[in-house]
Amino acid sequence: MEQILFYVFSGLAILSAIGLLVNVRNTVNAALSLVVCMLSLAVLFIMLHAEFVGVLQVMVYAGAIVVLFLFVVMLLNLRGGNMGAESQPVLKLVGGAVAVGATVKLATLLDRPLKPWADIDPEFGTVAHIGRVFYTDYMLAFQVAGVLLLAGIVAAVILAKREID
Amino acid sequence: METSTVVVSVFLFSIIALVFMPIMTWVERKQSALMQDRIGANRAEIFGIRAIGLIHPVTDAIKMFTKEDVIPTGANRFLHAICPFIAVVPAIVSFAVIPYGGSYTAWGSSWSLVVADLDYGVLYIFAIGSIAAYGSILAGWAGNNNWGMLGSIRVAAQMLSYEVSMGISVVGLFMIYGTLRLTDIGVAQQETFRLLGFVEHFGWATAGTAWVDFIKIPLWGAILQPLPMFIFLAAILAENKRPPFDTPEGESEIVAGYFIEYSGMKFGLFTAGELVEVVVISALMAALFLGGWSIPYLPETAIIGGLSELFGPNLANVLAMIIAVHVFFAKVLALIFFQMLIRWSLPRFRYDQVMNLGWKILLPLSIANIVVTGFVILLVAEITG
Repeated sequence: MEQILFYVFSGLAILSAIGLLVNVRNTVNAALSLVVCMLSLAVLFIMLHAEFVGVLQVMVYAGAIVVLFLFVVMLLNLRGGNMGAESQPVLKLVGGAVAVGATVKLATLLDRPLKPWADIDPEFGTVAHIGRVFYTDYMLAFQVAGVLLLAGIVAAVILAKREID
Repeated sequence: METSTVVVSVFLFSIIALVFMPIMTWVERKQSALMQDRIGANRAEIFGIRAIGLIHPVTDAIKMFTKEDVIPTGANRFLHAICPFIAVVPAIVSFAVIPYGGSYTAWGSSWSLVVADLDYGVLYIFAIGSIAAYGSILAGWAGNNNWGMLGSIRVAAQMLSYEVSMGISVVGLFMIYGTLRLTDIGVAQQETFRLLGFVEHFGWATAGTAWVDFIKIPLWGAILQPLPMFIFLAAILAENKRPPFDTPEGESEIVAGYFIEYSGMKFGLFTAGELVEVVVISALMAALFLGGWSIPYLPETAIIGGLSELFGPNLANVLAMIIAVHVFFAKVLALIFFQMLIRWSLPRFRYDQVMNLGWKILLPLSIANIVVTGFVILLVAEITG
């Protein structure tokens, strides 16, 4: 059962990621592919006992960030066609090379005997566990991420304000 | 849980959700009539039986299913077809984590009155609810209609804005109860708190004095977090897009907003989704703030203990389960009544008022609440040691 679900949702994730690339000219379809991709990844997270991460994936990425994308697409009324994907051969070449390199590296990394799954702590992945780890072991990283987000907010306010003034 | 138990409970609880759907249309009509001093819907009849208007949902369903399903020219046919389902399914599956009662053991088997007792229960509802936004946003876009488009833009902005204050306003509750699991929150709300407990700390009374124990308050979310309760209610009503927060629909401005191009049962599904969400909101409010299935000053262990002396432990558990479900649904019905009162009393907000309320009033208040709650928790820990 778990294996079937794994293959279904990883296949869906890959297909929707490809759909995202194919639909460059149709922005709404591209955004929807992104949603399907995010949701499939959330299912994979939940199957890996990272339930909290999976739910946050749905809530933050699928539920908020892509909604924001759609909001912008609709506000600018990008009904396909006028969304530029101009031919940039150098970028295409570089991007292709990076993608191929990453795939080869990943394949070599995965091409080795896999260890059986370790037994995990029933506490693992619960909200309480993640909170404890965040506020003890990874305190610095957590705070730095917070400051980074604050900087993002301030930057957004400044950009928006310049436009209003 | 075994697979068979899961199937049975999913089946039972989704029936509860689906039964509510037609009855809610009746409740809404009758209550608006009550508030406007009318009699309300009572014309539909089957062989002369009018059943105080309860036939109307049946006629509604027949009408919805037999109406022509118009798909406008230039619409995105696929999205146009699936959007009503994206809007209604999240509302129904939200019932999965709502606890109708605790867990009970009788004749060797134990029942838990919740389909999925998730560790991140409240977050699950928020996550599912954020998916529901797609149904409304894409519905307006897929119909290839400019009014619909304006409606979708309003939905997107409104649902994103209020999701933030909705999530942050309940953080105070999580801090107090130390869990996101809805059944644990329900159990925690059965406890009482000694309001005068601090006098022992200052040495004004010796421990165990009767008058110190005299005033006890139930640990309900509504008592510990009254302000967040109203913030949460306002935010979740805005998420549901019913009056007074129905700017995305706004008949007088943008005709019908995001579902303008829908007819027949597809249109009906949007309304049904909103009405089921009214029930979900009431259930969530009851579970988080109004003590869930508990009766104040009467913890469930006391109920089971008292009944066991009369009827034996097995029957006592069954009776306690029945009491719990009734108490829970009494609270849910009261909250549905309250939501309908709001819906028929307040006029629609202007669009900029909706945005101002969300970002400039509710969000700062809910963030301030986290700080104050944290401070009070530390203070209480300091005093009670």
